[in-house]
Amino acid sequence: MKLDLRKLKLRKINETLQSIDPKRNNKKYTILNPEGNHAIGVGLTDDIDITVKGHVGYYCGGMNQNANITIEGNAGTGVAENMMSGKIHVKGNASQSAGATAHGGFLIIDGDASSRCGISMKGIDIVVKGSVGHMSAFMAQSGNLIVCGNAGEALGDSLYETDIYIKGKVKSLGADCVEKKMDNKHLKKLDKLLKKANLEKLKSKDFKRYGSARKLYNFKIDNVSSY
Amino acid sequence: MCGIVGIYLKSKKFEKDLGKMLSGMLVNMESRGPDSAGFAIYKKEKKEEFKYSICMNNLVFEKFKKDISKKIKYNSIFKNSDHAILSSKEKPEKVLSILNELKEISLVGYGRSIEIFKQIGNPKDVVKKFNLEKFSGTHAIGHTRMATESAITTDGSHPYSTGSDECLVHNGSLSNHNNLRRDLIKRGINFKSENDTEVAAGYISNHLSNKKNLKKTLQSGLSDLDGFYTFITGTKKGFAIVRDEIACKPAVISETKDYVAIASEFQAMAHLPGVNKANIFEPEPGIVYTWGN
Repeated sequence: MKLDLRKLKLRKINETLQSIDPKRNNKKYTILNPEGNHAIGVGLTDDIDITVKGHVGYYCGGMNQNANITIEGNAGTGVAENMMSGKIHVKGNASQSAGATAHGGFLIIDGDASSRCGISMKGIDIVVKGSVGHMSAFMAQSGNLIVCGNAGEALGDSLYETDIYIKGKVKSLGADCVEKKMDNKHLKKLDKLLKKANLEKLKSKDFKRYGSARKLYNFKIDNVSSY
Repeated sequence: MCGIVGIYLKSKKFEKDLGKMLSGMLVNMESRGPDSAGFAIYKKEKKEEFKYSICMNNLVFEKFKKDISKKIKYNSIFKNSDHAILSSKEKPEKVLSILNELKEISLVGYGRSIEIFKQIGNPKDVVKKFNLEKFSGTHAIGHTRMATESAITTDGSHPYSTGSDECLVHNGSLSNHNNLRRDLIKRGINFKSENDTEVAAGYISNHLSNKKNLKKTLQSGLSDLDGFYTFITGTKKGFAIVRDEIACKPAVISETKDYVAIASEFQAMAHLPGVNKANIFEPEPGIVYTWGN
């Protein structure tokens, strides 16, 4: 079923997608002429496939549960923000705060993601085929951030328990983020996630793992400058 | 929040459509700034002539024309809504001192090719009022304002111009503008408002007048201007964008073989010809991007 944003109001399209009757309704939708509009396909709860033909604005697929969204273009700030489950695939680049605060699901970005990718992520798996900007995985709590390119300044600043895997160079690590040993358990997990993103060609051993040094968990006067 | 937009034409193909392209961009950025709007457009220059963009406020055009003809020898004067464009071959210093003494009007910019129009109100109404769609030119910059830092007035609207053929629009806020303003006043820059962006414009004018090029000027601005900003700035032949190192304020660039378009959000340029095949990217924090010279 085709939904054209030049003909229908965004609210109408989102209402249609949010109130699917799985027995009667179509499960495949194409959104035409997104033209950078914000909040396309937010708050979806059903297992449906959505293809967006073009570039989207802010918060596309925000709060997603179960839906499988493919964006055939670039995404603005906060794509997949607070996603709970399901999958979002950005075929172009993503702007800042991709996957912010997301609890679950899978986000794949074919291009680059700019600053603060995975900020405060709480369980989502993010695979970026390009590079990420500064302050990525800031205060990230759980889940996995995989970057096939490079990472900008202050990667993983004030990190909790997210695992970060970077193939390229890291400009600098944030406070309390350190490189960690990659053991078999991590290699296996990374292989699985790379396969899920159709990146079987990449070798998990070429990645480096970063995580929390856990030194900022409790207040220590010696660390005062890092808080 | 504010919306900033700009287009720099790399070929002559869209010169006649420049106003129309910019108009759509400003209207699409209404959601980021409904309080006031403005634009600067660079047209072909006429030999030896300087153009002065004047907001007449409540003054009647005929009266302004009569008054000014006693003081300045001008070649032409055109009315566009509550603005007027005056062209003169007289020395700019003389014309500027006369215009700056007239309390009823505001001089919003001057130069050989620049024309500036700005006014309070919804961007849709502002572009209609000045008939922006009919403008042609080589490059243009616009702004939609959500006022946070100073009052909603014409003087508080962007673009700001503090030097010949220069203009600046800004999304963000500066925190060290009072200190910088005091310093720049000592260096001979005049300010008309309490606005932070005008200080950044003055900073750029000051550096450009000291023979620094646009790129170097903006690079030094990265350490001298404290605060949040995405700036788009124009000179007679140049066009540039810079974001502060933290880069909280958004920007997207679309580049084709015919033009470079910059906006706070992609939706501002979704209507531009060939934009879906353009190279679309986000300018990186702390990097100065320039076109022209």
